[in-house]
Amino acid sequence: MGENLFNKVWSKHIVRELPTGQTQLFIGLHLIHEVTSPQAFQMLRERGLSVAYPKRTIATVDHIVPTDETKRPFSDLLAEKMMQEIEKNAKEFDITLFDTTNSNQGIVHIVGPELGLTQPGMTIVCGDSHTSTHGAFGAIALGIGTSQVRDVLATQCLAINKPQVRRIVVNAELGKGVYAKDVILAIIRKLGVNGGIGYAYEYAGSAIEAMSMEERMTLCNMTIEGGAKCGYVNPDVKTFEYLKGREYAPRDASYERALRYWKSIASDADASYDDVVEFDGSLIEPMVTWGINPGQTMGISERIPSVESFFADEQLTVTQALKHMSFSSGDMVKGKKIDVAFIGSCTNGRLSDLREAAKMIKGGKVAKDVKAIVVPGSQKVKKAAEAEGLDGIFTRAGFEWRAAGCSMCLAMNPDKLQGSQLCASSSNRNFIGRQGSPTGRTLLMSPAMVALAAIHGSVVDVRDHLG
Amino acid sequence: MVELISEVEGTGIFVQGNDIDTDRIIPARYMKEVTFAPLGEFAFYDARFSESGDKKDHPFNDSRFKGASILVVNKNFGCGSSREHAPQSLLRWGIKAVIGESFAEIFAGNCTMLGIPTLVLDPASITFLMDWIKEHPSEAITLDAEKQQVIYSGKSVDGTMVSSSRKALLEGTWDSTSLLLEGKDAIKEVADRLDALYN
Repeated sequence: MGENLFNKVWSKHIVRELPTGQTQLFIGLHLIHEVTSPQAFQMLRERGLSVAYPKRTIATVDHIVPTDETKRPFSDLLAEKMMQEIEKNAKEFDITLFDTTNSNQGIVHIVGPELGLTQPGMTIVCGDSHTSTHGAFGAIALGIGTSQVRDVLATQCLAINKPQVRRIVVNAELGKGVYAKDVILAIIRKLGVNGGIGYAYEYAGSAIEAMSMEERMTLCNMTIEGGAKCGYVNPDVKTFEYLKGREYAPRDASYERALRYWKSIASDADASYDDVVEFDGSLIEPMVTWGINPGQTMGISERIPSVESFFADEQLTVTQALKHMSFSSGDMVKGKKIDVAFIGSCTNGRLSDLREAAKMIKGGKVAKDVKAIVVPGSQKVKKAAEAEGLDGIFTRAGFEWRAAGCSMCLAMNPDKLQGSQLCASSSNRNFIGRQGSPTGRTLLMSPAMVALAAIHGSVVDVRDHLG
Repeated sequence: MVELISEVEGTGIFVQGNDIDTDRIIPARYMKEVTFAPLGEFAFYDARFSESGDKKDHPFNDSRFKGASILVVNKNFGCGSSREHAPQSLLRWGIKAVIGESFAEIFAGNCTMLGIPTLVLDPASITFLMDWIKEHPSEAITLDAEKQQVIYSGKSVDGTMVSSSRKALLEGTWDSTSLLLEGKDAIKEVADRLDALYN
């Protein structure tokens, strides 16, 4: 019996078994940002510890950076204080930092891959749950808390329990207007927001193999919304080609050496799994959320289910969701008037996402009374998009074209919903209050659907606007 | 060696609903801080206060539960963001143990690292316990990590804890840095071996 990627990579990174029964796992790459790291550095200082492997930690800033005015000092003094803190920590502990003046700056999960820091067969952690994104390259990529950030800084290791591995197979060709975002929403809908507890997800099947690297990143990004510890796709020729020539990727002889390793860690054809779930990709519709977690999702042609159609213990949560959203069972989300459209985030803020969104505009204008913003995921994405004129397509249509950052995905910066605004969003979480207003409402969907919602002023079915 | 945690005793409080995410436990705007110290008063903030600052009906506002330290919740509590700010805010509000139907993994892991035991009970026992707390807000509940039990009203109910978390709490290794540092030589060996594979 062969081995799956997870087990192969895991065993290569075992330092030792701990008395608690956990594994001490070596971490190949540690990414940090300004929100979840300052307390960890403070704990190091209090204990008189240093950073064990400073070259294996890379810092960027994304959560709190304003995307409209990037001039320092920031007008938000709390944000400015956090910036100064990460600058101080990076300097004191000899860690590379991409600040807003550095062309490598951007959302941590966009920066890692585009610089070639993220590589197959690595263990990668970051104090951010969407670290699962990096699994797109065949890495074990885990979101961690701040005390664990401290552990990794001090020891380059985590104390961790090994999860089981569930293979999620998506076969067949996806329909027109169906994107990686729709696939992951469909998976979470079926398996539930807690269905992944105790598991790592391996995504496989012809629909996954057909995806570009950026689509695989979108898919893996939202793994955490399904409750799994991490998610990954086996590396293939697309992965290897993507990495070639990137700033931090190995070159020449080192590339050849790394390539042998990358190929060796892919799951064997006869690998075993603790669970297997199959999806028919041709049956997945463009998806949209109707509730307050990413599992409360449906096909765009469907109607919001009745409270009674859920198990008894789910009904309270469904009732809370409908109340917060001001929706009723039987409603369609298609046709709902929106107030805000947000294109961006670590889920869908890459060049291919902006291209797909721009394609939908076709000379249209953002509907009256809709605020629409496009936030590239990194400075590199912004530059590349501008080089091919995407910024002009967006701004001529009435979208605001912003600087790189997390923006309205979590609203720790000036980009926020106001009151009970309804937002068509390419981000990853429709939690209550997530986009900055306690009464704000979020509809998750693909960037193409967000662009169309901005133009039409209401949610539409992307399939009616193709060709 | 840090504190050994085998028993936590206190009065109870409960928050109903499945999939209560970490954004709800601590709204992101209160994370604009370089320390965890001030987070306690912001626990469940938007569920507790209206935008104009008026108190809403929420257990964390209810004077009957003032001083409670055992939080009882339903399914998949703490899902979403990995922010340690969520258990930090609960801890600083006064919560010392959480009992639920199930927990999101990163949240539960963060709790362990702060010395907060998380114990899982079956759904019927959770409902029963919540109802009991409603009637007996000033009576003590004990979480016994050794026996993996919840003891209240003169009876004990069996639950489960993640075995490694339970061990770490009982043996005082829940703050894992020093434990990991003990493996220093082995760490170096793995680092060198991996350098030959990648980097």
